[in-house]
Amino acid sequence: MINSLFLISHSGDIFLEKHWKSVISRSVCDYFLEAKEKAGDPENVAPVLQTPHHYLISIYRGKLFFLSVTQTEVPPLFVIEFLHRVADTFQDYFGDCSEVLIKENTVTVYELLEEMLDNGFPLATESNVLKEMIRPPTILRSVVNTLTGGSNVGGTLPTGQLSNVPWRRAGVKYTNNEAYFDVIEEIDAILDKSGTTVFAEIQGVIEACVKLTGMPDLTLSFMNPRLLDDVSFHPCVRFKRWESEHVLSFIPPDGNFRLMSYHVSSQNLVAIPVYVKQNISFLETGSCGRLDITIGPKQTMGKTVESLTVTIPMPKSVLSVNLTATQGTCTFDLTTKVVFWDVGKLNPQKLPNLRGSISIQTGAPKPEENPSINIDMKIQQLAISGLKVSRLDMYGEKYKPFKGVKYVTKAGKFQVRT
Amino acid sequence: MTTEPEEETNVCGLSVRRQSRMNGGFSSLRLEAAGAMRTVLVSAESLQLTLKPELTQEEQALTHAAAAGSGRPKETLKAGNEDLKEMLESNKESLKLEAMKRIVQLISKGKNASDLFPAVVKNVASKNIELKKLVYVYLVRYAEEQQDLALLSISTFQRALKDPNQFIRASALRVLSSIRVPIIVPIMMLAIKEAASDLSPYVRKTSAHAIQKLYSLDADQKEQLIEVIEKLLKDKSTLVAGSVVMAFEEVCPDRIDLIHINYRKLCNLLVDVEEWGQVVIINMLTRYARTQFASPWKEDGILDENEKAFYDSDSEEKQGQREAKPYIMDPDHRLLLRNTKPLLQSRNTAVVMAVAQLYWHLAPKHEVSIVTKSLVRLLRSHREVQYVVLQNIATMSIQRKGMFEPHMKSFYVRSTDATHIKTLKLEILTNLANEANISTILREFQTYVKSQDKAFAAATIQAIGRCATNISEVTDTCLNGLVLLLSNRDETVVAESVVVIKKLLQTQPTQHCDIIKHMAKLFDNITVPMARASILWLMGEYCERVPKIAPDVLRKMAKTFTSEEDIVKLQTVNLAAKLYLTNSKQTKLLTQYILNLGKYDQNYDIRDRTRFIRQLIVPSEKSGALNKYARRILLASKPAPVLESAFKGQLGQTPLPWTNEMDRDRFQLGTLSHSLNIKTTGYQELSDWPAVAPDPSVRNVEVIEPVQEWAPSLGKAKKPKSDKFYSDDEEKEEEGSGSGSEDSSSRSSSSSSSEESGSESEEESSRDLEKTSSDSEKSSSGSEASSSESESQQKKKKRAKKVTPRKSKQAAADSDSDENGNGPVGKTSSSSAESSSDSESDSEEDSSSDDSPAPQKKTVAKTKPKVEVKSKKEVSLLDLDDFSAAPPSAPKSSVFSSSLLSDLEGLSLSNVSSAMQVTTSSFGPVKTYELLHHMTGKGLSAKYHFPRQPCLYQPSMVAVQVILTNSSDHSLEEIHIGDQSPASLNVHCFNTVERLEPGASVSVSLGIDFSDSTQAANFQLCTKEDQFSVSIQPAVGELLMPSTMKEPDFCSEQKKLMGMNETSATIAMATANTSKQNISKQVLSVANVGVVSSDQNNLQRFAGRTISSGALVLVTLELRESSTALLTINTEKTVMASMLLRDLKQALCQA
Repeated sequence: MINSLFLISHSGDIFLEKHWKSVISRSVCDYFLEAKEKAGDPENVAPVLQTPHHYLISIYRGKLFFLSVTQTEVPPLFVIEFLHRVADTFQDYFGDCSEVLIKENTVTVYELLEEMLDNGFPLATESNVLKEMIRPPTILRSVVNTLTGGSNVGGTLPTGQLSNVPWRRAGVKYTNNEAYFDVIEEIDAILDKSGTTVFAEIQGVIEACVKLTGMPDLTLSFMNPRLLDDVSFHPCVRFKRWESEHVLSFIPPDGNFRLMSYHVSSQNLVAIPVYVKQNISFLETGSCGRLDITIGPKQTMGKTVESLTVTIPMPKSVLSVNLTATQGTCTFDLTTKVVFWDVGKLNPQKLPNLRGSISIQTGAPKPEENPSINIDMKIQQLAISGLKVSRLDMYGEKYKPFKGVKYVTKAGKFQVRT
Repeated sequence: MTTEPEEETNVCGLSVRRQSRMNGGFSSLRLEAAGAMRTVLVSAESLQLTLKPELTQEEQALTHAAAAGSGRPKETLKAGNEDLKEMLESNKESLKLEAMKRIVQLISKGKNASDLFPAVVKNVASKNIELKKLVYVYLVRYAEEQQDLALLSISTFQRALKDPNQFIRASALRVLSSIRVPIIVPIMMLAIKEAASDLSPYVRKTSAHAIQKLYSLDADQKEQLIEVIEKLLKDKSTLVAGSVVMAFEEVCPDRIDLIHINYRKLCNLLVDVEEWGQVVIINMLTRYARTQFASPWKEDGILDENEKAFYDSDSEEKQGQREAKPYIMDPDHRLLLRNTKPLLQSRNTAVVMAVAQLYWHLAPKHEVSIVTKSLVRLLRSHREVQYVVLQNIATMSIQRKGMFEPHMKSFYVRSTDATHIKTLKLEILTNLANEANISTILREFQTYVKSQDKAFAAATIQAIGRCATNISEVTDTCLNGLVLLLSNRDETVVAESVVVIKKLLQTQPTQHCDIIKHMAKLFDNITVPMARASILWLMGEYCERVPKIAPDVLRKMAKTFTSEEDIVKLQTVNLAAKLYLTNSKQTKLLTQYILNLGKYDQNYDIRDRTRFIRQLIVPSEKSGALNKYARRILLASKPAPVLESAFKGQLGQTPLPWTNEMDRDRFQLGTLSHSLNIKTTGYQELSDWPAVAPDPSVRNVEVIEPVQEWAPSLGKAKKPKSDKFYSDDEEKEEEGSGSGSEDSSSRSSSSSSSEESGSESEEESSRDLEKTSSDSEKSSSGSEASSSESESQQKKKKRAKKVTPRKSKQAAADSDSDENGNGPVGKTSSSSAESSSDSESDSEEDSSSDDSPAPQKKTVAKTKPKVEVKSKKEVSLLDLDDFSAAPPSAPKSSVFSSSLLSDLEGLSLSNVSSAMQVTTSSFGPVKTYELLHHMTGKGLSAKYHFPRQPCLYQPSMVAVQVILTNSSDHSLEEIHIGDQSPASLNVHCFNTVERLEPGASVSVSLGIDFSDSTQAANFQLCTKEDQFSVSIQPAVGELLMPSTMKEPDFCSEQKKLMGMNETSATIAMATANTSKQNISKQVLSVANVGVVSSDQNNLQRFAGRTISSGALVLVTLELRESSTALLTINTEKTVMASMLLRDLKQALCQA
């Protein structure tokens, strides 16, 4: 399946290679680098490429390209999904998936890759299982290791692979038993010039952080599960129970994991928490334009909109902007031509406003299209779909865990066309 | 030392990042932890400081290594390697480790470290696990280059292959098979074969991987490897399944025959296989299904003769029936579809895609749309995932608009999407356009046309063009819109518009002179060659409609001819020729001028064309007969181009960057070939449906007969199953309606609906199928129908009744289910049955989890029949015997059961609480008791035994199988059960046996509620003339049902049942009984309990529940030295405990 993996930095430097079958020369990456050059923006590189003898499947994560080489037919999603899983694992181990961190931890990375694939076929991808085999580096351990020459390879062999709950390691112990669930909903929306909703939907995830001793068996039930239209689960969730009773029943993995993600049925009207009054215009004559944006709360269910930011990618011909904000800070990146306005908390009494002028390169024609406005925000303690967790029960263990549920609504891909 | 400040920042970095991820939930905790770490750091620092004075060689090396690790530019490589060699040869473990780490770093950078091979290979036998692992990494990388030296390490692996620890065995095999040295092929082969029969599934999985490695190293081993694959395919562990199928796909994908007998098992295991294995298995099964099943797509491909055969045949073979009626889906085909459906909810996008393509290629057309939602969901995932999914949706949406139309808005383009995503979305939107939604789509397109991404804007214009041709209502609107775009400032937009307008005009040229004129005006400003060429072509084609303008355009072209692009030149020549023919007066000179220019052009195409045109149109002596036809040739009306999806690969349309000219849909969805639109190496063509499905019986699995001495004719009972198909059917139908007590009808309906899997959507025909298949398969099984049956049927029933009662139960259920399908009877089923109706085959797990009393209890029983099917003989739709807890074969069962059970536990993940689940016995008892001797019974003799199955009448009843034999010389009539005493015991009687011929015997089943006591059930067995008092006294072990639980559950339950509830005794066991399997054999023969798998060698655990009250009964046997053992029983029912203890003691003491 996967013959080799190359990690390539943003600038095109191949800084790690690993082969699972016979060695493939790194010159194969030239095809990819060529495609990358052509595409310009790394986002625009096609994930699946073809070379005379190999097929290249790549992902772009954290300013890095994970490039896998395969020689035969393979479902491309299989490889893509796996590469993302590798990136997730790195993130999990090192806190972030970046070139510096990977270079710093080359040996651990190599050990991980060795365990994750056998002959190009995924072997162990569950983070819990991996962590039993290869301990994640911690500061304490690396200090101790330097002193004693110790290792970061688990002394005991993992049991998880064979246990009936492969995602949970055995013998978990905590003094404080706690289980937290974050219901995070994201609003994807496209609003048109006049503020009417072209398209809006709610996608949600439930992120869990479970630190419970032993083998707890949890059941999470909702007040209104019918809201959920399309769901996907962590493998620990018993699908049958969901189908028959609409409750989530599972033996959780240890630590942080994504329990489920869902989509709220499109029949429900989506409440749009903010409105945007905008006026961006480029003058026909003379190389300048005007910009005036006001944001106000719309349907926030009485909650405050926080960490509101506005991103406007300007046309390439824009030279500079001169904008003043009544609240927060506004910056303009000269290379990417992006206006970034960090508003902060939205105060309904005093609506934030951004206005000023835009200057365009002399001689350049008036931009055809007005830039779209991307909005990011957060509303604490609110699930915009109205989803509510009703209770969490635990079976199988005797102690009483500390339980908590938190709701957050965020803007997903929230775009206003102008 | 130097690294420390760095690391400290790292601490903060880490905690900050984590914090932000968890949204500050436990920030305080984290800060605390970070603080603690810092303290440790400080102390570590001081520790190191104290060490400082004595700088050892080791420490020097370490600091050096640390420096190298933190990315300082490498010094001269040679020196470094010498250095490493020294470190490897030292006897300090830590130095070696450090050296290996640095070597791995070299390897990871692609630097050559092969000269260190001799030094490294020495450490292969190291005790240090990490060092060992790193040496393995090195070996695998360089063994191919240094074959001779690599051989030094082989013996270490061979030794490790025999290690008692499964992980060491597995990793040894992994590395051994990864060393690509041809000399060791025989060693690898041997190791693989051995590992394939290893007890540990993990090792077996590794051996499946090794098969592929060996095959790629030496393809000559194929035959032997196929044998191993065949063996591993039979493996029942979910761990192995994915890997072995992968090996199958790589080594012998054409040996589809190996799959037959494993097909049902694979389908059933699928949900519990790890996600990567699921993808591989689904893809393989897709291929398999396309060769083995009849197409579900031809709606009315019935052959009359087939139908005839159905009615006429005495149906020795079932195929005839399968082919009958419009279309009946093979139950195995249905099984596959049903078992893959839940995987649409997987978090793994590859799995979802695999299921989607399976449905696309295998499901009846109306069922495909269930995958839509899941595919749309994937669009929320990473960019790369979106790309692949959109490609597949694009292909799907060409053929099946309706599937994605409701989700049209999900394909709206955002300005932040990557270009290839945008283009794909556009493609899909265009495919989805129809009369109803075109206005919405066009409005959306208007936004896109203005996009800053010009390539995307151009693609939008093409899309508008396609919409315009496909939907005639909007052609004019689109055309006008496009004309407006001609005044766009951007060149590419204008050019693209021209090209599209040209195509549109061709479809309806008559009314559009204005547009042509408009374009002629624009001609001067357009510089894009394709657009200019298009306008020229339009002029030429419709020169008669614009007689004034065309010559003028030609004039302008003559001026600039030499500086034009080739494509424009060609069109100029064309225009000239056409004008020459229509308007030679005005353009003769111009044409000649242009033809002369063309004659001396640099491009030979243009020279050729010029020469050709000249010969064709200019009359001369030499010009041939064609001259007359020049007009007809050049001015023939051209067919309008069809604007089609680039995914269909329309020739002549400018191909979008990611497409070729060929149809993409010739490839299986979800494959690399489909994504690249080329045939990749190793792509397996998806075959067409066979015209006639091959024999489905190849998938039947032969199961070893359960040892049942009372049913000697069982083996033969298989044969008559299919004869008299019809009469049986009727008989059952009658009986279903006749004897269907409320209870049984609701039960059967629930089981039937769960069989049908979301039956609402199922078409009538498939319901018919359920009927036929289940009927035919069950026709051998007896029924308790009471009256008016022909002699022959009677006989058959006698035979049949010897078969276990679950069959008859099944039959009853099925017969009822037919009615459900056809009539209003289904409505009477209880609501719980209804709710479970769309749950699937293993719904018993759900319902059995409910521990609330009455109504749910019923569900447990109701769904029970499904589990029972396990040990049934004929295999069909419901056949689950591939993962039944233990093979019913008696002697071996206990050997297997524990390992199998542990595998099984992996399968039963969906249990809510496994402690609650009750399963069938894994061990059939063979004890038969006398109920009535033929001397006292005046010829009627009766024997009974406990079949150890859940009773079908009520869950609280114990099932008793009674065999009635007529040993008199006259036939006995009306055998039934008369008065009962004491009345408190609830006995469910068997239906009256109308007639029992001399010498014949019949088996009937009773249900007795003993209320968890060993009190005897007394009743009267009556014939027409006589009455005999009989009594059934149950052994305490028969009042139990086995309960499957995991060890931890067992222990926790046991803790709850201490003190009063615990009974124990030390027993001296017969020497023959000391082996583990003998013990479980003995225990299982006494009590109907389930084995709890355990890792501890000296402990054996069994779990059961009392049938009436469901109280747990836990049996623990702790082996002590010199064949004594401590037997402990934990249960609330103390009386039972002491009785059970006594029985067990007795059984274990005697040899």
